[in-house]
Amino acid sequence: MAEQKEKPRKVASMGMVPYEMALGPTWTRFFEGFKEKKILGTKCRKCGRILVPARPFCPRCFEPMEEWVEVAQEGTVVTWSYVNYTYFGVTPDMIPVIGATIKLDGVDCGTGMWTQIGGFDIKDFELVTKKVKVGAKVRAVWRRKRQGNFRDIDYWKIIE
Amino acid sequence: MAEKYKLLKDAIRLEIEDFTFPKKEYRTARHDTVLPYNWALGPTWIRFFDGLKEEKILGTRCKKCNKVLVPARTFCPICYEDMEEWVELPQEGNVETWCLVNYKYYGQVKKPPYIIAQIRLDKADCSLTHFIGGFSLSDLGKVRNKMKTVSRVKAVWSKEKHGDIYDIAYFKPV
Amino acid sequence: MGRAVAVIGTGQTKHGRRDDLSYPDLVREAVKKVFEDAGITLKDVDGVVYGSMPSMMEGVAYNHFYFADALRVVGKPLLRTETCGSTGQSVAHTAIHWVASGMADVVLAVASEKEHEGDAQATMMTILEPFLQVVIGGAPLAFSLQSREWMGYYHIDDDKAREAASIVSVDSHNGGLANPFAHIRVQLTKEDVSTAPIITYPVRLYDVCPVSDGACAVIFASEEKAKKICKKPAWVKGMGFRGEEYFIGDSNKAVWQSTIEASKEAYKEAGITNPLKELDVAEVYNPFSYQELMFLECLGLCPPGEAPDYVIKGTFSPGGELPCDPSGGVLCTNPIGAAGLIRVAEAALQVTGKAGEHQVEGAKLALSHAMGGAEQFNGITILGSEL
Repeated sequence: MAEQKEKPRKVASMGMVPYEMALGPTWTRFFEGFKEKKILGTKCRKCGRILVPARPFCPRCFEPMEEWVEVAQEGTVVTWSYVNYTYFGVTPDMIPVIGATIKLDGVDCGTGMWTQIGGFDIKDFELVTKKVKVGAKVRAVWRRKRQGNFRDIDYWKIIE
Repeated sequence: MAEKYKLLKDAIRLEIEDFTFPKKEYRTARHDTVLPYNWALGPTWIRFFDGLKEEKILGTRCKKCNKVLVPARTFCPICYEDMEEWVELPQEGNVETWCLVNYKYYGQVKKPPYIIAQIRLDKADCSLTHFIGGFSLSDLGKVRNKMKTVSRVKAVWSKEKHGDIYDIAYFKPV
Repeated sequence: MGRAVAVIGTGQTKHGRRDDLSYPDLVREAVKKVFEDAGITLKDVDGVVYGSMPSMMEGVAYNHFYFADALRVVGKPLLRTETCGSTGQSVAHTAIHWVASGMADVVLAVASEKEHEGDAQATMMTILEPFLQVVIGGAPLAFSLQSREWMGYYHIDDDKAREAASIVSVDSHNGGLANPFAHIRVQLTKEDVSTAPIITYPVRLYDVCPVSDGACAVIFASEEKAKKICKKPAWVKGMGFRGEEYFIGDSNKAVWQSTIEASKEAYKEAGITNPLKELDVAEVYNPFSYQELMFLECLGLCPPGEAPDYVIKGTFSPGGELPCDPSGGVLCTNPIGAAGLIRVAEAALQVTGKAGEHQVEGAKLALSHAMGGAEQFNGITILGSEL
């Protein structure tokens, strides 16, 4: 057969898989706390560390963490970054965001989830680099209507 | 239905339905994983699917072991040599095995009931997986008796061609 | 460690955008090359190890089935290993353990990725559960957060870190130009890198790895087989691997325990006490230029907090005391599942004098490394020209 210059052809497809994940008693109680504007951590009876989010067991000692503690809603920025690009599922209207890991006062680990810094014009990059620093103090700002999930904390506000 | 599904649904032909889990007494987090794909077909499969568009079933032959495999392959799985000789196969063959699928699962490509079979086309050295159809599947008892009499089947083509395996609609008993 | 094990052959595809081939054919390209390089046939192989990113990356689950023909697994035992970014190192370690244990004499290790067939960031985000650690930003966000944690912990000036990261990027891209297999082969200046568009601050466009398609295959053999079959084996001198907690905030990521402990284990096995002096070349996993600075410290190649100083004075640049990533590293080529194994292949090429244009003169001892997960796993393999 004659040699043909084939333009590489691709076939478009999609994977869509539905999941329903059990939260388990620890995380159920953790998110119930959110409904009441409470951030709950658990304390390990062996190493004494308090971790947020609450955990069923201590990742280092492997002991059950059965003591519940309501923790402070203020903390310091351990690290932050300014997200300025898109990928599938993140559309241009969703960026920029400032992701961060925050060490809440009295907690022995950083909390790196649902922690976005906000409360000012974050589209102004120069302003962001001025205001957001490692070590800055932040406080949780709750949504008025809460569902008991990670969205209940609207953002973390920098306290001057 | 996940928001992300809307970003993709026009790019693909398969219908994806929404999915409801049975009710649970404990707290759960509901999440859909939606991811887009864009698979490179490569020259061998481009040519195979172009063949289907022209109502041809193409296989390739290994020059070392002489086996003809379908769908066409780039290389022989046993000899690891390139399979460069293309063969247009007859569209009739024997049913090696079949199964009636009568239950539903998420993401199924065809609504049950349907029959999936391994079909050994004449001149091929392996069997091809595809549907057997062309008769009513509503009475499962009758299907069993019907399939007892079926040994040879012939390809039936879809009216609309897209250059995929569904260009063959199914194989009907002869 | 068990019996001595050596690399007797490597094979890599031309990495990049490979729409010209279907995925199984891409895997076969690397496997064909490794058999040619090692000069053996299938009957010499006792087992196959394969790994790649989570199957959702390209949409075919457990793709060792899809590649059964391409991997020549018909009639052979197969083990699958995946640890995200460190998959390549895990695949190598699994193969090495298999041979070292005496249960196999020759093992084929393969790893691959075809990222243009899916959305890499969206797929990588699925390693976090969707109700607690929910982030927007993908891998660049995770590693940018880590980089700034490191800069904050050691009080490293933003500008100094920026300069060092730019040097890393320029050096890596120059390596890519000297490597015919590399994906990205462009000339860059420090200015280009420092002023590129922001992806996840401080990381900019040229501080980030590309989206690549590629496969890599390496054949490991026992001492007896290696000495019989191979003119110049690359001997496995030491290995290390460590894991960390799931929740990102649980450990200090500036003093990266998994990297530190894994490298200590590898150096101990290899009998290395001063890695900076004793190693001749380091193929460090560097998908992000800033992260390479952290790895240089945590791999014990320079004191903690001082990587920018060492980089700025040229220690890790071509011609320096310990050239890093002369192949272009992950910054130039990142088919993620394969990237860790490519580091092993490149280390083997270096110590056997087969690295061509990007050969580091007289290299006898090379380090290869990869990281996986959200900074959770680190794997190291050290290869040498002497047993």
